[in-house]
Amino acid sequence: MPLTLIPPRTTRTTRTSHASHATRLSRWLANTLAGLCVAALPVLASAQQLTISAAASLTEAFKEIGSQFEASKPGLSLRLNFAASGTLLQQISQGAPVDVFASADQATVDRGIAQKLFDPASRRDFASNSVVLIVPGQGAVAALRSLADLASAEVKRIAVGKVATVPVGHYTQEALDKAKLWSPLEPKFVYADTVRQVLDYVARGEVDAGFVYRTDALVAGDKVKTLLTVPGHTPVSYPVVLVSDSRNKAASQDFIAYLASPPAQAVLAKYGFGKP
Amino acid sequence: MSQTLQSLDLSPLYLSLKVASVATLLALLLGTALGWVLARKHFVGSALLEAVCMLPLVLPPTVIGYAILVLAGRRSPLGNWLRSHFDYTLIFSWHGAVVASAVVALPLVLKSASTAFAGIDRTLEAAARTLRQSPWSVFVRITLPLAWPGILAGTLLAFARAMGEFGASLMVAGSIPHQTQTLSMAIYDAVQSGQDDTAAILVLLTSAISIAVLLASKRFLSLR
Repeated sequence: MPLTLIPPRTTRTTRTSHASHATRLSRWLANTLAGLCVAALPVLASAQQLTISAAASLTEAFKEIGSQFEASKPGLSLRLNFAASGTLLQQISQGAPVDVFASADQATVDRGIAQKLFDPASRRDFASNSVVLIVPGQGAVAALRSLADLASAEVKRIAVGKVATVPVGHYTQEALDKAKLWSPLEPKFVYADTVRQVLDYVARGEVDAGFVYRTDALVAGDKVKTLLTVPGHTPVSYPVVLVSDSRNKAASQDFIAYLASPPAQAVLAKYGFGKP
Repeated sequence: MSQTLQSLDLSPLYLSLKVASVATLLALLLGTALGWVLARKHFVGSALLEAVCMLPLVLPPTVIGYAILVLAGRRSPLGNWLRSHFDYTLIFSWHGAVVASAVVALPLVLKSASTAFAGIDRTLEAAARTLRQSPWSVFVRITLPLAWPGILAGTLLAFARAMGEFGASLMVAGSIPHQTQTLSMAIYDAVQSGQDDTAAILVLLTSAISIAVLLASKRFLSLR
């Protein structure tokens, strides 16, 4: 660092000495700032960043697809944000800087389009899933074999997603309503913030059963056991959409298109998702 | 807004008051006892004990929630024992929220109690002992009345903190309407599902209660 302070030799030279300190200081500052700018140039040039808000059930698949996509687009970096679809919509409507939204249900995207948050023309379905009933891998209630068995006294707690914000909760309600089981079972429900929280409660054995997607049950391995595929709800299809306020529309459209490409579809298939 | 007012479900308010009251009572008993021990007794590890008791003040609520889940969950030895002997589970019941709130409220009582006990003129206690008072009698008739304003101020702070508990309670008790959904959880759910009117009313309610408690706490502190 060239900034060394020279003590004034005499009182008469004090002023000039101060002046030279000032010039030295400003030169040092200018040099440093210039250096910083040069160093920052490559960073600025590659600073294009996409923020993807995706449903919690997509966590593993999107992390993998995301790094593939980044590798194919040098200079572009992805920021992935996972939560329940309803929570993500709420964040976007409050002005969160998001470019692409991938939901676990159509209803959440419909709500966002009604609020003019999304570009309807960009909407694509890219995957499908199904809802399953899971029980803890160890110490599950043995008498539990069918949906109707959930009503038995041995089953104390059942984890479901919050109906208003967590799509799997909405699908669960639909299916149980059809089986005339929702109201009788309601006192046993524990409402979770995301599908992954349902999974965690079941894996820890804190609840006797829970409703998640088939893909989540696969992620948990032998910590949970899949009992049955739940019938009677609208098909689970995942839509992706461009956020109207996005500042990187071109790159966002590229990402949306990439989700339909064979490499991305292969990753989705690996994690158990079906074709759209 | 007026429609929201009419259809407003006040069960989270009652539950919050119930949970905070019981939790504060627990924190008061345990905090006063520990505060006295830490103010008067010096033993090996007393500083460590104090640090551990103060930990909930600085740790994120999710850590407290996780710790309670691990220590008292169904798979834990304690949770397993409670379940097999009494068919009782702490998790997903309002008792879970009480435990979580008591843990986070404890440091506030403990700190003010130990400061209050340390500030007492010990010659007064000695004088009482010369008048043939038993140690317990000295504590109840001299020590406790002298330390009381400080303890009470801490207790009110603890109550306000327990009213506001969210993270740990959510993990331990869940957010089950009419069972474990406290005010803070009802606000969270209302915001998440876009019911801004409901959220606003509940926020005003909880703010009003907290301000009242904090004002009362300040008053007791100035009584000293």
